Amino acid sequence: MFKAFRCIVMRDLTLAMRRRTDVLTTLFFFIIVVSLFPLGAGTEKMILQKIAPGVAWVAALLASMLALERLFASDFADGTLEQLLLTPQPLFVLVLGKVLAHWLLTGMPLVLIAPLVGLQYYLPDDAVITMMLTLLIGTPVLSLIGAIGAALTLGLRGGGILLSLLILPLYIPVMVYGAGAVSASAMGTTDLQAYFSILSGFLILALVLSPIATAAALRISVE
Amino acid sequence: MLQNQMLEITNLACSRGDRQLFTGLNFSLEPGSLLYVEGRNGTGKSTLLRTICGLFLADSGEISWHGKSTRSLAEEYTQEVLYLGHHNGIKEDLTGLENLRISTILDGDDVAEDQIWAALKKMGLEGFEDLPTKVLSQGQKRRVALARLLLNNNRLWILDEPFTALDVAAVDLLQTVISGHINNDGIVILTTHQEVALTSGQIQRLELGRKKSKHV
Repeated sequence: MFKAFRCIVMRDLTLAMRRRTDVLTTLFFFIIVVSLFPLGAGTEKMILQKIAPGVAWVAALLASMLALERLFASDFADGTLEQLLLTPQPLFVLVLGKVLAHWLLTGMPLVLIAPLVGLQYYLPDDAVITMMLTLLIGTPVLSLIGAIGAALTLGLRGGGILLSLLILPLYIPVMVYGAGAVSASAMGTTDLQAYFSILSGFLILALVLSPIATAAALRISVE
Repeated sequence: MLQNQMLEITNLACSRGDRQLFTGLNFSLEPGSLLYVEGRNGTGKSTLLRTICGLFLADSGEISWHGKSTRSLAEEYTQEVLYLGHHNGIKEDLTGLENLRISTILDGDDVAEDQIWAALKKMGLEGFEDLPTKVLSQGQKRRVALARLLLNNNRLWILDEPFTALDVAAVDLLQTVISGHINNDGIVILTTHQEVALTSGQIQRLELGRKKSKHV
């Protein structure tokens, strides 16, 4: 079972390496959205510091949304998804592998690029570190929740828009606490444990429930 | 008699949307048999095949494997099934070798690297093993997909139009592979217009799209 899990992760990473543009588009989308705000809202230090956590998190939500559509679409189109359903492996393990690979390719780069946001928005170092940590815990939740929506809207016409309508409301709690932690940290609060606890709680909940829900949704979509 | 029947289908009914494709379908297959599913386009051949392997949910009826419902067997049943549909089920960005390696790992079969090379060679893909499958022709992609038949020990093969896009030599080869599987007490269900020359085993035919499905 672990072998199958590793195989799926490696497979998706190899596929992404052969088609690098797909990975880079998500990252550049994030960078561009984040860079738009200083251009539009002016470069006043006070304003930028205030909006930074919200902007970074909204951009992260949109960037991970953008990448979701591709999570199962290509496997669905070439019939490999059917084959995955017919392997003797538990489907939720394979789903978890796919989500992990997807996060490594779309969520992880956002965590690593977060200091750039800090620079643009005059964030103190502590707040930048908090931002990286909250993104590190929060973006996997986004990928996991998004996987359910991606599986449900698979093969539908105009699935992309439907996907955002389904998934964005579910992203709100993650964003509220993620951006909240960064704001608090920017204002000098050092005790952020409550934020991290609740974000970790979201992650654990998503980790347990999402693969099962996604697996069920895939079976329906493939039919 | 029940012990003898590996795959048994009772009172199966399927529909797509509002259209009833077939109802009251009954047949059973014992080890070492081949079932041709025949019928005009749109009579539900592919749907029947997808239903048998569990990708499509039937309206009613029972599919059982060794006397147990395939729904309750779940992964124990998919372990035994190999399905090849209209899509080849291979990744175009991966090489033939990688595709087969992944599918054998996921199928839980312990297959050595040189067995995969040998299978590709047997399918006439020598020299193409290391190329991304997107540069291969339709027929060659089909051959990559069919190489899976050589690398697994699943009992039940469900093949939807396996001969499309293949040239004469590959058709011959596939026929040999299929009859070899049947000689090994396997079961093959396929839709095609091509006859398979069998050396042993028994052939059944099922015609869809008539008032009554008949057995020969």
